[in-house]
Amino acid sequence: MSEWRYWLNEQRGTLMGLAIFLLMFAVYIANHPAGLTANVAQTAANKGVLFAFVAMAQALVVITAGIDLSVGMIFILTNCLASWIVVGEPLPTALGLVAVLAAGMACGAINGLLVIYGRLQPIVATIATGAVYFGLALLLRPFPGGSVNEDVADALTGRLFGVIPSSLVALAAAVVLVWLPFRRSRLGRAAYAAGSSEQAAFMSGVPIRRGKFAAYTLAGLLAAMGGLFLTFFTYTGEAAYASGSGYTLWSIAAVVLGGVSLYGGRGSAVGAIFGAFAARTTGDMLFVFDVDPLWQPLLQGVVLMIAVSIGSLALLRVRNRLDWFQ
Amino acid sequence: MSDTSEDRISIRTRLPVFLRRADPAVLTAFGCILLLLFLSSLYSSNFLSLNYLLQQLKVASFLGVVAAGVMVVILLGHIDLSIPWVMTTGAMMACAAAGFGAIGPVIAIPFGILCGTAFGLLNGFGVAYLRIPSMIVTLASNVVAQGLMVVYTGGFSPQDSAPPAVRWLATGFVIPGLPNAILVWVAISAIMVFLFTRTSFGRAVYGIGNSERAAYLSGVDTRRIVMIAFAISGALSAFGGVLLAGYSSKAAQAMGDAYLLPAIAAVVLGGTSILGGRGSYLGTVAGVILITLLQSILSVMQMPEAGRQIVYGVVIIVMLLLYGRTPPNR
Repeated sequence: MSEWRYWLNEQRGTLMGLAIFLLMFAVYIANHPAGLTANVAQTAANKGVLFAFVAMAQALVVITAGIDLSVGMIFILTNCLASWIVVGEPLPTALGLVAVLAAGMACGAINGLLVIYGRLQPIVATIATGAVYFGLALLLRPFPGGSVNEDVADALTGRLFGVIPSSLVALAAAVVLVWLPFRRSRLGRAAYAAGSSEQAAFMSGVPIRRGKFAAYTLAGLLAAMGGLFLTFFTYTGEAAYASGSGYTLWSIAAVVLGGVSLYGGRGSAVGAIFGAFAARTTGDMLFVFDVDPLWQPLLQGVVLMIAVSIGSLALLRVRNRLDWFQ
Repeated sequence: MSDTSEDRISIRTRLPVFLRRADPAVLTAFGCILLLLFLSSLYSSNFLSLNYLLQQLKVASFLGVVAAGVMVVILLGHIDLSIPWVMTTGAMMACAAAGFGAIGPVIAIPFGILCGTAFGLLNGFGVAYLRIPSMIVTLASNVVAQGLMVVYTGGFSPQDSAPPAVRWLATGFVIPGLPNAILVWVAISAIMVFLFTRTSFGRAVYGIGNSERAAYLSGVDTRRIVMIAFAISGALSAFGGVLLAGYSSKAAQAMGDAYLLPAIAAVVLGGTSILGGRGSYLGTVAGVILITLLQSILSVMQMPEAGRQIVYGVVIIVMLLLYGRTPPNR
């Protein structure tokens, strides 16, 4: 038996996410008045990438069987921070970029410390840290404002060679530089092991604490990348509570659509990216079908409800009723 | 190891009965309330006046009603993220029903609660029968509820205000000096305590929270219990929303957004395990009062919103580190 079947089985969730996204995007493009032009692709990519970064962050934590309800707030906090320090000459801008990413990592690391070494439940611990991060964001930007180095912003949100959206390139770079090395490292395996059975992993001497800590910290880093991109799109920083909690909640939905199990140990951050793009396309779809914007939240909710209900078809295969309760 | 546990037992036997039986988490929560009142009284003696305390209890009663529902779900080991828009739905539907002819004012409150129950049943069906993780199904129904309300109101806050009966329930007085909202909270608390300690439903909820398999094998229809629990949560959120509409005399979009995190935090600060199966209702009451007091004291001290959020988050983390830790992994 060849290897690819195992690979296919392992990546089933991710491929499902990809399929959902491709289907939705195809329907979207087919009905778009302009078709698939570089402009349409750029707009779609820019809107999706923001969300994809936050979803990736969430996926890293969910793989360890945790949950991070503060990702949206880290996203907002780094947005506000970037609107102060990613400005001016090339050198200060570069230092500012590094500082923003470091701040995101610090936020993620605090979450990790509380959950792993403080032994708090991730749901409540990150609710509380989320409040703190939002408070800090408000402290930085009581009113929307600030600015960003527009050359960098335009370069990262424009197009490469006139066709490829550069935000997508940045997202791919994040996958290659952050996700893949993590996935292939000892710590990444530990994070998966901690998610699928913490007891067994602990007994086998897997470094679960360090693995989980790395996952939380990298989640902070990815959320900070999302925050940077938000600044690049809007040129300002704004501490909007509704936006932060919205991104947090939709990141959970994106992770599930992308085939990451909320019980941990299954799925990949790449799947979460597809989930994020699929969720984003739902919103755009209503625009091309000329639906009254008033109906948009309802239709998004119904689509989400149907999408998560599809997963329960697996119940039909359950032979032993005790398998219901896992 | 055995020495220390014997020491602990001997200390416990010397305590009065009611303290011996109390949950340490509940005691800590009440201790923190007293500490908070003491510290605030150093700032201004007005914090200890009867008027101020009654006012706080009145504000706490809205959160208390919502938290009672959330607690049932958390005891099962699930979570309900649909609180914000189910609250708003309850409030808006109650206000809408009030304008519905002569019987409108009579059916207003029951209709609002009924709408919340419907969303609770939807959540419960998804969790119990379709086995979707509660976090995601309640998230989806929150979006659906939001969508329905946005379509219903046409994108604006509705102009229809809360009917007199609803306002009376939230701000009127049956007993002079004691706002009705507090009485409502007391009544609901009495029902919840009865439900948790004296009925088979309550036993089943704790049982499912500890091990759903074991509960199922013991002959409990766990799926029905889970569905009822979510329905209770939906009904109580909607009722909380109705009360809130009466208090602010109108229903507005996003009025419930500020209630999700405090409700969960109140339940957890009261010593209920977020993994389910452990926790007492008294603790939830303590958690609700603690959070309301904290928010109120910070705003009276005229701390800006940013500082309030930070202090609020830090206090929750510190309290959880004091007594909310899970046992180590070995």
